[in-house]
Amino acid sequence: MIGMKLLSLAGFMAGAAILGLVAGWVDRKVSARVQYRVGPPFFQNFNDFFKLLGKETILVRDGVNWLFVAAPLAAFGMLSLLTAMIGTALLFNRGFGGDLIVVMYLMMIYSVALVIGGASTGNVYASVGAGREIKLLLGDELVFILVCLVPVIQSGYALRLEAILAAQAANGPVILSPSGFIAFVLGLLCIQAKIALPPFHIPEAETEIVEGPLMEYGGPLLAFWKLNHHMMYAVYPLLLVLLFFGGFRLEGLGILWAVLKYLGIVVLMILIKNTNPRVRIDTALRFFWKIAAPLGILAMILAVLGV
Amino acid sequence: MKLSENANQIPVGPFHPLLEEAEYFNLTVEGETVVDIDMDIGWMHRGHEFISEQKTFTQSIFLVERICGICSTSHPLACVHAVEDVDNLEIPERAAYIRTLIGELERIHSHLLWLGLAGHFIGYDTLWMWAWKYREPVLQMFEVISGNRNHYGMMRVGGVARDVDPDRVKALDNILDTVDSKVHMIVKAAMDDPVLKSRLVGVGVLSREDAVAMCAVGPTSRASGVPWDVRKDEPGDAYGMVDFDVIVQNGGGVWDKLVVRLLEILESTRICRQCLEKLKTVKGPILNDVKEISAGEGIGRYEAPRGEVFHYVRTDGSNRAIRHKVRAPSYVNIPTFSASCKGIPIADALITLAAVDPCYCCTERALRVKGEDAGTIDFLTLSREKTERIRREIHG
Repeated sequence: MIGMKLLSLAGFMAGAAILGLVAGWVDRKVSARVQYRVGPPFFQNFNDFFKLLGKETILVRDGVNWLFVAAPLAAFGMLSLLTAMIGTALLFNRGFGGDLIVVMYLMMIYSVALVIGGASTGNVYASVGAGREIKLLLGDELVFILVCLVPVIQSGYALRLEAILAAQAANGPVILSPSGFIAFVLGLLCIQAKIALPPFHIPEAETEIVEGPLMEYGGPLLAFWKLNHHMMYAVYPLLLVLLFFGGFRLEGLGILWAVLKYLGIVVLMILIKNTNPRVRIDTALRFFWKIAAPLGILAMILAVLGV
Repeated sequence: MKLSENANQIPVGPFHPLLEEAEYFNLTVEGETVVDIDMDIGWMHRGHEFISEQKTFTQSIFLVERICGICSTSHPLACVHAVEDVDNLEIPERAAYIRTLIGELERIHSHLLWLGLAGHFIGYDTLWMWAWKYREPVLQMFEVISGNRNHYGMMRVGGVARDVDPDRVKALDNILDTVDSKVHMIVKAAMDDPVLKSRLVGVGVLSREDAVAMCAVGPTSRASGVPWDVRKDEPGDAYGMVDFDVIVQNGGGVWDKLVVRLLEILESTRICRQCLEKLKTVKGPILNDVKEISAGEGIGRYEAPRGEVFHYVRTDGSNRAIRHKVRAPSYVNIPTFSASCKGIPIADALITLAAVDPCYCCTERALRVKGEDAGTIDFLTLSREKTERIRREIHG
């Protein structure tokens, strides 16, 4: 029994990794087409990952090395768990009481791992990047919680992913209501910030602080960070599909719908990514706290009022 | 200066993704705010001036052309101006128009290149790719004129090296139509972009007083309200015979520098159009025969895309200069960072560093060595084949 569970966890892990690497390819290809370029071949992300795995691991002499090594692996484990929870709810309609709260916690742990891993080296770019990551987390976390509350309220204050899906199956997807639509737009921006995609790629700003927390990473550890990044591409849009689009059924036309819903969100993210410059960290905080948070509260109030 | 405990040093360079070339800026930051900036130039040494003093005047034109890969006509132009200044040589009218045409085409492609890089530096890669795509037809015009996309080899003491025959003028006219519509589109798109505007307005402001005190030149000074432009102040070549405006903005920030450059692109297309019209009517020689240069001194100035480039030569009556001094615009623009980069966030300081369009290889004149292995494709052959194809298309 426990063997089966481990096997399914491994299945979700591999599924999310492959889906993420493919989504990463979609991102690179669509971005390239937007920018009049050709773009990479389909297996480029896979090749990059395996190539990095074969490279040397270089540790910083004065760094806290166990944290340096543990951070990407912890983040990978966290994302696998997240995938398993969201995947179980989406595919098998199963969950446990309060699993949405666990999901929100796990999503925060990724940022914490990035901060710890980056700061453990003592590199100056990494510490600036880690500082920015924390600030960005403080900015988007509040909004993201408000966003998650809207589907919770609409499904009769259920904190179970499965109950949220069931409520949407009965009453229609959350996004069709005004409060749900506002929450979805804000949620999309939060996810953009959580994956550190433009315009919120502030912690990793290549032309400013040279990839920030990832500065000292190379070889297999960097491969895991890259894989984590791609896995977020797979998991976070699926969470939005679950919370706002009523999930999907993997049978008949449902498969087409599933692909369309997922790809729709990914393409939206890619378009936002390609039409915006990087904002400053203070602009980002101001946006999340002064504009997005009040809008999130408004969406919540609307949801309580039933619209 | 006493630094607080929270101060941190962030090195930008000698090798950093922001800088295409080796250069070193040390930012002292408190949290995200830059409190001090230390500039250190001199990471490249190529000995261009010394080599130039070993070459004849015509040879040194090819040498100074390679000081910079982007403003590769500004240096030769200033150099021939300097040599001509020794004996007050005149150049034929047709040659003047050809020189001006090339100089202005170069301004268009250089400003588009900067626009793209600026986009990349603020994380807006789409702008980068689009700007560089539309820069392509400009390079094609160069290929039609000279056979080369970047180092044109057109300048000579007393005129230009090659004529632009009527068929080519017609072909250039057609490509300029494309360039015109494309640059109007991208200039409008960039200037109307609300996101870009909100990101850049009021960032890295260089006040008018600082710009004057630090002798800033080119778009850097014109964005701060100082209307210095060699093309108007000391019109050489055909600049006295064409109609154009000097673009001046008063804000002094990165956005103003962007606006100055974008509007200058439009002015440059106007100048190019006028030059092409003149080339259809003005006939005559393109090169005066210069037998010898007497002993003396000469200075040459030209408004390069980045500002005034200045060449000084001292001659002794032989066929080479005994002293050749080059001052590139970035050399005077780089110190303005000490006025414009303090007290602003790191993210703003770095785009400000890029906003004067610094060209370090101009500033220091080091040599760039091409990689040993150019892959399996022979780029030189490809390039020659393309030039040949263009020639056949134009002449039938």
